[in-house]
Amino acid sequence: MNVHEYQAKDLMRKYDIAVLQGGVADTPAQAVEVAKKLGGSVWVVKAQIHAGGRGKGGGVKLARSIEEVEKYAKEILGMQLITHQTGPEGKKVLKILVEQGCAIDHEYYAGIVLDRSVGKFCMMVSTEGGMEIETVAHENPEKIIKAYIDPATGFTPAHGRKLGFALGLKGETLKKANKFFEGLYRLYVEKDCSIAEINPLVTTKDGDVLALDAKLNFDDNALFRHPDIEALRDITEESEQELEAGKYGLSYISLDGNIGCLVNGAGLAMGTLDILKLHGGSPANFLDVGGGATKETVQKAFTIILQDKNVKAILVNIFGGIMKCDIIANGVVDAAKELGINVPLVVRLEGTNVALGKKILAESGLKITAADDLADAAAKAVAAAKGGK
Amino acid sequence: MAILINRDTRLITVGLTGKQGTFHTLQSRDYGTNVVGGVTPGKGGTIHEGIPVFNTVFEAMNETRANAAMIFVPPPFAADSIIECIDAGMPLIICITEGIPVGDMVKVKAALQGSKSRLIGPNCPGVITPGECKIGIMPGHIHMPGNVGVISRSGTLTYEAVYQLTQRNIGQTTCVGIGGDPVNGTNFIDILEMFQKDPETKAVIMIGEIGGTAETDAARWIKANMTKPVVSFIAGAAAPKGKRMGHAGAIISGEDDSAEAKFKILQECGVTIARSPAELGAKIAEVLKK
Repeated sequence: MNVHEYQAKDLMRKYDIAVLQGGVADTPAQAVEVAKKLGGSVWVVKAQIHAGGRGKGGGVKLARSIEEVEKYAKEILGMQLITHQTGPEGKKVLKILVEQGCAIDHEYYAGIVLDRSVGKFCMMVSTEGGMEIETVAHENPEKIIKAYIDPATGFTPAHGRKLGFALGLKGETLKKANKFFEGLYRLYVEKDCSIAEINPLVTTKDGDVLALDAKLNFDDNALFRHPDIEALRDITEESEQELEAGKYGLSYISLDGNIGCLVNGAGLAMGTLDILKLHGGSPANFLDVGGGATKETVQKAFTIILQDKNVKAILVNIFGGIMKCDIIANGVVDAAKELGINVPLVVRLEGTNVALGKKILAESGLKITAADDLADAAAKAVAAAKGGK
Repeated sequence: MAILINRDTRLITVGLTGKQGTFHTLQSRDYGTNVVGGVTPGKGGTIHEGIPVFNTVFEAMNETRANAAMIFVPPPFAADSIIECIDAGMPLIICITEGIPVGDMVKVKAALQGSKSRLIGPNCPGVITPGECKIGIMPGHIHMPGNVGVISRSGTLTYEAVYQLTQRNIGQTTCVGIGGDPVNGTNFIDILEMFQKDPETKAVIMIGEIGGTAETDAARWIKANMTKPVVSFIAGAAAPKGKRMGHAGAIISGEDDSAEAKFKILQECGVTIARSPAELGAKIAEVLKK
């Protein structure tokens, strides 16, 4: 789960991680109020959407007067902000963050991720602040300094020294950086983050170390123990279908093709998309019904697939392990009857209770194209979508 | 021979008395697995479906001499059960549970270092040595004994591969689902090494996914160490960048972990690649003829 910059910074304050003072606003009048309260002579007005690259898209402005704060707030609120992460349609800005300005001395990068190859969390820093870390990793990998953190010891001052000295910090600034890193690691572990990225992390002319920007993602599997994080969810940022699917334990991702897919298991679901493409087709979605699907969830899956008006055919590909073929077959039959599915339906069943499943489909009286194996199913679905009504 | 499990395996199920735990333990027993006990805290001393239940893994091991545990505990508590098994010195732990927080698995990974235990999973279908022992949720009847080893990060895609083999009358030594999570107990290389040493295994199917470097690390290991043919499919060529495809591990984050990049390195390392998951059976038949 993703949160906004202002929410990430609120959390960071609770962990004594230095961030600039600021406040969130959803009207220009509120933005002016926040700026006046903060005082000073320079403010930054920042669009709050779940995507990076906001500055380049015109969503971050430096204001040198209260009038400018109001002007930029009016410009940014309600705009359709397009960045390299939003897709061409962009995202509507509903909230802005107004922050104090600061005198930047130097920009760095700091982040924490899981290194899967060793199964440990890794804190990374770089002198190349403000740049995309993927670009740095690709072009100048030696400029990324890493510290692997053992879960038993946690983050130690030695980790902090390794990273801080590598950035060329010293004296009080080094101490402040160490405190910053320690706080960030504690937040990451205690709140079950999946990504923490501070880009840029800055040192100021006054010798402070603080986060200018902040991106936090959270492990969906751990949200059950963090109701405070769950409460930060902004549903306007999430796809309606994906949210709806999640409520029923379905894993759904919308794609841009025309063959709806209903599959059990993430691997087979991915494999099904792959084989459709190999047969010259184009999948409309990824949908994993999971192992514990019932008749109701299968029906819900069809409802979600059919909401996509591009769908010209549906491929059901089930290899029953936990999932029993007869349950899927009953779900398909009921959904077809109740929802009035009017696109060609190709069904391939294999595994637990397959004979019963096939019998249910055959006796349903529905127009269902049965497929013998995976390749046959893909070929039939692609043909159906091409000849689709 | 086979690997990991065989006729001598003595299994306990942690989380035996739950609905899924009961169903799949009985399925495994029906297949021929020697189920010697189960663990459900608070139900120790009772008998469930003819299986003695214990309060702790330690007690169950002492009483039954179990040498393998299958875990069916809900995600918030599953890591705790794995650690309980490690503490008790359980040689083989197979965790089926899906949805364990990554932070919990990082701790489990540390606990496994230097321990006597091997963990398979989590978020996996389990392990089966056809005709001898089944520990997990895979449909037993699609398997048959033979000479092909199967390793996979996915459940249903493994069934797909196994089914294609059995249809062609090609049997399997052992099929191992290592799980789709970003942090798991056993990686491809560990299992490849076992198959390389197993005299019965003549060829191996390795099914990977987008995300991470497990498959490319395995490819390089195969080139340096493996004399047996390996056929591989990587799922997710059609997946858009940055989207998590169901498995928490299946997200392309950098350039090197796309399906295309993995296929390329596998091929360079002498692995036979199957571009389509429907070709796995045919490709194995080809390499076995050589």
